[in-house]
Amino acid sequence: MNNPFESKWSRLTQSPYFIYLLISPLFLILFAYVVYPFYQTFLQSFNGEDTLLNYKKFFSLASPANLEALWNSVYISVFSVITCAIVGVTMAFLLERYEFPGRRLLSVLVLVPMALPPLVGVLSFTFLYGESGIIPRGIQALFHLDKVPFALKGIWGVIVVHTFTMYTYFYLTASAAIKGFDPSLEEAATSLGAGRIRVWLKIILPMLTPSMVAASLLVFMVSMASYTAPLMFGVDRTMTMQIYLARTNGNLEMAATQSTILSIVSITFLILMRWYQNRRNYQNLSKGISVHRSEVSSKPLKMLAVIGSFIGTLVLILPILVLVLISFSVDGSWTVQVLPPKYTFDHYIALFTDERTWRPIWNSIQMSFVATIGNILFGVAAAYAMVRLQFKGKTLLDILIMVPWALPGTVVAVNIIAAFSTENIFAFNQVLIGTFWILPLAYFIRHMPLVFRSTSASLMQLDQSIEEAARSLGATWWYTFRRVVLPLTFTGVLAGTLLAFVQSIGEFVASILIYSTSTIPLSVAIFQKLYAFDFGTACAYGVLQIVLILIVLVISEKLSKGSAGTAL
Amino acid sequence: MKGVHLKQVTKSFGNVQAIKDLNLSIKPGEFFTFLGPSGCGKTTTLRMIAGFYYPTTGHIYFDEQNVTTLQPNKRNIGMVFQNYALFPHMTVDENIAFGLKVRKMPKKEIETKVNRIREIVHLGEYGHRKINELSGGQQQRVALARALVIEPDILLLDEPLSNLDAKLREETRFEIKRIQSELGVTTIYVTHDQTEAMAMSDRIMVMENGEVKQIGTPQEIYNRPVNRFVSNFIGESNTIEAKIETVSADDITVQTKDGMRLRGKKQNVSPLAQLDREQTIYVSVRPELIQYGPGENEMVGTISFVEFTGLSAHYLVKMQNFTLKVMILNDGSPLKKVGEQIMLNIPSENLYFLGE
Repeated sequence: MNNPFESKWSRLTQSPYFIYLLISPLFLILFAYVVYPFYQTFLQSFNGEDTLLNYKKFFSLASPANLEALWNSVYISVFSVITCAIVGVTMAFLLERYEFPGRRLLSVLVLVPMALPPLVGVLSFTFLYGESGIIPRGIQALFHLDKVPFALKGIWGVIVVHTFTMYTYFYLTASAAIKGFDPSLEEAATSLGAGRIRVWLKIILPMLTPSMVAASLLVFMVSMASYTAPLMFGVDRTMTMQIYLARTNGNLEMAATQSTILSIVSITFLILMRWYQNRRNYQNLSKGISVHRSEVSSKPLKMLAVIGSFIGTLVLILPILVLVLISFSVDGSWTVQVLPPKYTFDHYIALFTDERTWRPIWNSIQMSFVATIGNILFGVAAAYAMVRLQFKGKTLLDILIMVPWALPGTVVAVNIIAAFSTENIFAFNQVLIGTFWILPLAYFIRHMPLVFRSTSASLMQLDQSIEEAARSLGATWWYTFRRVVLPLTFTGVLAGTLLAFVQSIGEFVASILIYSTSTIPLSVAIFQKLYAFDFGTACAYGVLQIVLILIVLVISEKLSKGSAGTAL
Repeated sequence: MKGVHLKQVTKSFGNVQAIKDLNLSIKPGEFFTFLGPSGCGKTTTLRMIAGFYYPTTGHIYFDEQNVTTLQPNKRNIGMVFQNYALFPHMTVDENIAFGLKVRKMPKKEIETKVNRIREIVHLGEYGHRKINELSGGQQQRVALARALVIEPDILLLDEPLSNLDAKLREETRFEIKRIQSELGVTTIYVTHDQTEAMAMSDRIMVMENGEVKQIGTPQEIYNRPVNRFVSNFIGESNTIEAKIETVSADDITVQTKDGMRLRGKKQNVSPLAQLDREQTIYVSVRPELIQYGPGENEMVGTISFVEFTGLSAHYLVKMQNFTLKVMILNDGSPLKKVGEQIMLNIPSENLYFLGE
């Protein structure tokens, strides 16, 4: 203790402000890659002869394209929430509360939409139900009609795709709520003389409300941010499409204005969600009792259930089947036939042998790898700071990390363009646009919360006294972190890491706006193949992505089961 | 084995003062207990000694060494946590060896030490078990072994028995006491259970609201509590408000509100009490020190509650202005009934006078 250096050091570490020195890198990164780009976009939106010119243009009634886009986005989002809620909650109740033939298969397949990367999902829908899709054409051929009986297109096409890809948000929250629902509450209500309807209205629905509200906000946010579906169904008048068009037309100031307005909507919803989740939280007081499923017993109902679950299974599995089918079709051969006429295995061989088709895969792997390493370092450090350290500004840190997740990918891309198309200090005085580094940066920003969230969840479960025990036994902080904290939170870190990695591989929305031609990512390559009528190659890419995601899902599932067995 | 000294220690969390001016000296090898209701500051004090909190003001010494802001890993302490805080990803042996590995001890030596301590805590064959394969009591003993194997200067125990069921609690209590006296390590024990504290400790510190109320041996604290809080917190007690009537060389006479006169010994006055005439004073009587029938300080009341535990009979006896808890050891005589009149007496040496 007499060593002057050591006493200076210990005086520093014991200072109440030392903690802020420790967490400053986290805030610096958030400032550089979240706040600063956002601010640059914000500044850009005020450029022009008149500072408010762009906003005047946006809200001008003379050329209502922008207002129409805003209205369409809201309209689509509201409808998506309604349809997703109906499908998701119904599925949750059917699968959790009733026993019927085909239930087990359906309860596995119900999560299929989660395995579809956004672009790939929309792709298979257009192949299936689009104007030249397999189903409408098939029906036309079967009944010898003059034209296709129906086709997914326009706004309704977007809403149908949203319903298919986003109902899982409702399904997951609702089925979790139903699983955690204590049946004795229902029994108590019944014993007090309440009828079936009253139990539903007064007990079950109110208990489900918090999770429904949370899911609604989430679906609304994701729908507002949706870009791929409007793109594929040719709906130009949505916010994201307007941003894309303004950007490709070189009107960066208008793109910035639109981005700012869309950001404000998204962040408002983020704050609303946080506020709501903090405000209401029903937790069940009893534990360990699960709801019994009631058996569907009457004959006609049973038939109905069988037919229903068959159709459900079909609807869920068709998008993947069709992708697999088309991935074997010869490029350019499928024109007006119901099904592709010629098949080949070449696309899969080419994926790994042809330099030109392998290139985008390798690019994506490299860029996602770099981004994911960044996500791990930042996510673990931020999670530890958030859960274990005491400092002012925690809420700010939490919100700043969640903001990139709430922002539409389109907006993230516009922000990055605004900040990094010139040299700046946060890019080490380089112009990042046009280089390899721009997409890893975008992936890092967009998937920032994933590792953070999974790690902080497992840290929260880890009792602080375990760390203290290690410290009391003489271990330094670093030794404790390596030998006790990391091994015990490993599954959480890994789950988030894998998720961040596959999400980066499949990322399309931001990529399409900022990719550089020398390092084209996988998703942009799919898009380009599609427009070159190389359906086979595009779908082979898609199947590859789905396989990757399935592998990750299986590993995560294994991990979460395994950890439940060993951790206390 | 080291002594622990706290000098004018305070601790604040924001605006809340959790510890107010604490002075304390624990002797080397002593079994010392912090006792108090939850929120009294006993765990905060323990965590300052462990180094998980630093005092806001004041100093902490281990013997002569000032450890006030020394990091916890440099203090050579062993700590047992309320929930044991065992490392779930390690086996029993790996848990016990953790502190030795940190100290970079040779493998052979670690093995010998781990084996020896495992014998001491009676976990002989459990070395390779996973933590979640052990019962609560076994986990408790692993935690103890892990804390002891590093030969700590001070052993800290934070309510180590509160997660065990009643029978195991008693068993483990003896076990801890046995191991502690075998190894002779200075031990600080935190609990809110006064029976535990009485049974195990050399000395007890009773705390309330971040302040020390009394430090003393279990007998001192039970027989000569300094105030009503200590007297009611430690064991059962009747406290009767009264006014001082006369003070003579040996005796004190007081009068209760309903005019009853009680006479006690002057040696049984708490040091904090003032003996002026007409001064309000509190008379404390342990239920087991009240007797049936006529005698000194006799009184008649009505029984309002009866409880028989086998070892003894407990009565609530209603007087005019207060109710007495009475405990009579079971001698086979028939129980009194609710509503019956009963005559009681309290020998004058069994009264204790409290100031506050």
